Amino acid sequence: MRFEAPTTVEDAVSLLAAESGMARVLAGGTDLLVQMKSGISEPDLVVDIKRIAALHEISEEDGGFRIGAAVPGIALGEHAGVKAAWPGVVEGTELIGSTQVQGRATMVGNLCNCSPAADSVPAMAAAGAIARVVGPNGSRDVPVEDIAQGPGKSTLAKGELVDSVLLPARPDHASDAYLRFIPRTEMDIAVVGCGVNLVLDANGTCTDARVALGAVAARIFLVPAAADALIGTSVDDAALDAVAAACSAAATPIDDKRGTVEFRKKVSGVLARRAATIARDRAKGTA
Amino acid sequence: MSQVHVHTKINGDTTEFLCEADEPLLDVLRDRLGLTGAKEGCGTGDCGACSVMVDDRLVCSCLVLGAEAEGRTIETIEGMADGEKLHPLQQKFLDHAALQCGICTPGFLVAAKALLDHNPDPTETEVRYWLAGNLCRCTGYDKIVRAVMDTAAEMRGA
Repeated sequence: MRFEAPTTVEDAVSLLAAESGMARVLAGGTDLLVQMKSGISEPDLVVDIKRIAALHEISEEDGGFRIGAAVPGIALGEHAGVKAAWPGVVEGTELIGSTQVQGRATMVGNLCNCSPAADSVPAMAAAGAIARVVGPNGSRDVPVEDIAQGPGKSTLAKGELVDSVLLPARPDHASDAYLRFIPRTEMDIAVVGCGVNLVLDANGTCTDARVALGAVAARIFLVPAAADALIGTSVDDAALDAVAAACSAAATPIDDKRGTVEFRKKVSGVLARRAATIARDRAKGTA
Repeated sequence: MSQVHVHTKINGDTTEFLCEADEPLLDVLRDRLGLTGAKEGCGTGDCGACSVMVDDRLVCSCLVLGAEAEGRTIETIEGMADGEKLHPLQQKFLDHAALQCGICTPGFLVAAKALLDHNPDPTETEVRYWLAGNLCRCTGYDKIVRAVMDTAAEMRGA
């Protein structure tokens, strides 16, 4: 295995594109090094992107925030602006692993690892976050929910990497929330995860919403029927019932030791209802 | 496989070493540099026994490549005491008997120091969450948490 630590995105792309064997990007390494240790991944080339200064930045862009691929979870949580605008994205990211893992793991790495149970991704998908994919043929913007093709498999082409994610601008009275179910309080993988992002008008009527589910299908996905159930309502009990029903119906989970199909479908609805309530209260400033 | 030549600073000392490209920092510390305080419990970032600071961030050294350490500043348990004088956390762990077999202790101490450097007045809940990535299979955590809380109180008073 070769180790390279380029200082520009262009050099990183060139290295990845030129490698004839398996090439992997190293950001926080909290997934990659575990995969290397277990033999699941045996790369010929590892490209550490943490020497690229720009990828450590959280910058304001068009009223939103661009989060570099090398920003660890703990740094995202320390950023007051992102935390105020996108508390759900931050809480999803902060659920990834321990304090030690937070010192390394990145939101973009969580996205590119393509786990259906990734904690930051439902919140990012609900936020309408856009990944910037850079490759040998230039860059393209991709909605985060389109990065994964299936468990552990991305839609990125050879030589491509995600250099950052853009969290869009926030109107007034808007907020988000992420909840996951695990059988303990910390340090576990989501059995179900749900991100809700909504915008209210001055009267408290929902004018826009996005709802995403994790760990209940091969990919993290949006639930348009749940969003439609929120829009035009005051996010009252009837709307929340409809959101829960839409999410339970949309979930297509597997049975495994961590949860049955029946349980995961029910919990999808329960978490959606609770996350929507939190997002509503945050948007109203009453949370 | 060609080795990587790395220049770094460990516990204030300028250090250089050669390592394999895929060699974890934990193995470099233990097997190449003789710094055996950091322990390998799981090797997959679950147990925290290999905790060290890299550029002031608490990390598991099993999840860092030695090659990544180029130009970084690393602090390990070996740098915690001031010569023969124990750090207050180390003394409180002894006073509270907050250890049995001792394998997890260096990781707990490094992690707890990172917490107190960042938050000198943590609540018990904050201590427990911060240390959730450090596993102890002997003491059941209560003595560890009490030792950290007691150290924090003493250091605030000092």
